[in-house]
Amino acid sequence: MAEVTLEDVSKIYGEDVVAVRDMNLDIKDGEFIVFVGPSGCGKSTALRMIAGLEDISSGKVFIGDNVVNDLPPRDRDIAMVFQNYALYPHMNVRENMGFALKLKKMDKAEIERRVDEAARILSIERFLDRKPKALSGGQRQRVALGRAIVREPKAFLMDEPLSNLDAKLRVQMRTEIGKLHNRIGVTTIYVTHDQTEAMTMADRIVVLKDGVVQQVDTPQVMYENPKNVFVAGFIGSPAMNFMRARLEKENGGYAATFGRTRIPLDRSAVGERGMDLGRYAGEEVVLGIRPEHIEDATLAEGAAIGSTNAPNTIEVEPQVIESMGSEKYLYFGIPQEQSVHLDSVAHMTGDSGVDGGGSADDFDEMLVARVSAESQARRGDRMLLALDASKIKLFDPETEQAIL
Amino acid sequence: MAAASASRSSRGSGLNLALFYVFLIVFVLVSVAPLLWVFKMSIITKSELFASPPTILPRTPTAASYATIFGDPAFQKALINSTIIAGTTTIICLFFGSIAAYAIARLRFRFKSIVMTLILAISFFPPVAIIAPLFIQFRTFGIIDTYLAAIVPDVVFALPLTIWILVSFFKELPRDLEEAAKVDGATTIQAFRKVIVPLAAPGVFTTAILTFIFAWNEFLFANTFLFDADTQPVTVAIPNFATVYTVDYGAQAAAAVMVTMPLVILVLIFQRRIVSGLTAGAVKG
Repeated sequence: MAEVTLEDVSKIYGEDVVAVRDMNLDIKDGEFIVFVGPSGCGKSTALRMIAGLEDISSGKVFIGDNVVNDLPPRDRDIAMVFQNYALYPHMNVRENMGFALKLKKMDKAEIERRVDEAARILSIERFLDRKPKALSGGQRQRVALGRAIVREPKAFLMDEPLSNLDAKLRVQMRTEIGKLHNRIGVTTIYVTHDQTEAMTMADRIVVLKDGVVQQVDTPQVMYENPKNVFVAGFIGSPAMNFMRARLEKENGGYAATFGRTRIPLDRSAVGERGMDLGRYAGEEVVLGIRPEHIEDATLAEGAAIGSTNAPNTIEVEPQVIESMGSEKYLYFGIPQEQSVHLDSVAHMTGDSGVDGGGSADDFDEMLVARVSAESQARRGDRMLLALDASKIKLFDPETEQAIL
Repeated sequence: MAAASASRSSRGSGLNLALFYVFLIVFVLVSVAPLLWVFKMSIITKSELFASPPTILPRTPTAASYATIFGDPAFQKALINSTIIAGTTTIICLFFGSIAAYAIARLRFRFKSIVMTLILAISFFPPVAIIAPLFIQFRTFGIIDTYLAAIVPDVVFALPLTIWILVSFFKELPRDLEEAAKVDGATTIQAFRKVIVPLAAPGVFTTAILTFIFAWNEFLFANTFLFDADTQPVTVAIPNFATVYTVDYGAQAAAAVMVTMPLVILVLIFQRRIVSGLTAGAVKG
């Protein structure tokens, strides 16, 4: 077990194709870190540089106290789990799991003991004498995990280990990997494109885009305080809604306005950032609000909010209503002049998660509200939605950085 | 495989099916008839050989011709020569071929497709065209009438085939496996030896058989560069079952059968493997 540290690590292919740019990261001993981002964001490359499967163009990678830049993978004392399991087809499960130990010339009895122990933890004792091709996807993934565990390495590296499994099994294995990590507590770096996996498993999430780290935080902080439009849109499912708004001063505080809607910003949320916000007074900003912070106005808490002239409501005409049983997703358009076209938002289409991500694709231009199941909303009928003013996020339209 | 797909596509159409079988039967007959005829020649008596009109089925089968060739020490020597030449060619081709193919399949380098084309281009040369210059060179090196005179050109012409087949084989092996082995603590050589080689074994084996068949059947180079019966392979020795006055066709036929037999047996045993080896890379397994 060890800390893993990245210092200004870059990976450049050829002359100028940058896969990872100046990545800095301190991974604590025993931490579960998830690299997440859309395909091509450099997350796998970063992992492979830590593993030693990819050369490091510049910067330093530390495992424990040692710089490992020039060490081959075998001398880094790390174990890796691959997306397609990469089990040796000509060896049975026992040989697969014991392969690394055998290479280390470990005592036969000790190998036996460790393999049995790992097999017990993963409940694959029954399969020890089978060849990988006689196993199901889930069982193979367990064997791949087992092969990592027996090593007792300084760190586990996992490259999209669950993406070849079907949805149900994926959720199950997610929990198991979590339990496994709690049990053995080895530093783990986990790569995924699925923000749900990142949110549910990580101690801390690293969001990458175009080879650049966007934000490193715990899932909750990442969700509540995304640093920029990209992170805001990537984390959370369905994705955050964005629209154009104007920031205005209003009796000592601020309000975000668009169309006929005027949302007074929560004073406690504005807090010490009030000074910064001043710069944007009278300017256009990007307003972000998560679907779960929009409610059918007739069901929203507080009588004032429910009334038609309440300031923080918008009048919409739902185009599609998806009933999930426990809640309803309303998809609605907004006037052209309020809609936002940001590169970083377009970038995320289809990568926003397992649930809802697929259907959101078809409604690129639409916003989503996640309202109570009791909502009487009907397709095509105009209705009022109430926005939770305390959850509003604001972003600079140029830099796309969060300003609130 | 052809039969399977043809019958699938023609299901429901009796005429198509009938046509398919007619063509199949004609094709098989045309291909097999000469071989059967040679086999027949090898088991009949001399008088029946020259009977007119010729008999279709052997009237009095005899093993006399086989007795003749196996009683002939020259034929035995020729069989040994063939084995040495084809075997050595195969080993050399596999050694260099697998190293080259592994590098081509795995490493990133410029002009890879040009290299592959150049390799293939070697086998474009008609052997007849280079036989005279080769003869002069070999005489200069003093290797005329040695095994080398057959092995060297055989290797040159078989190696492109070997490399091409092996490249498609190695490309099929997932790169992850080597990486997994390296992370598991293996050196590059260990990863190659303990993971890649065992997995590639079927492919290497197929290639070995095909190379062996090629070298075993080679006639032109051997006939041109080897004059001494001590080094001549069977392909060259067969026509020698003739004296100044007579040609022993029966013995020649028996020798031809004996020479073909090992190959036929090899291919029959491993045909599934050979087909899958040739089509590796064409279809995702």
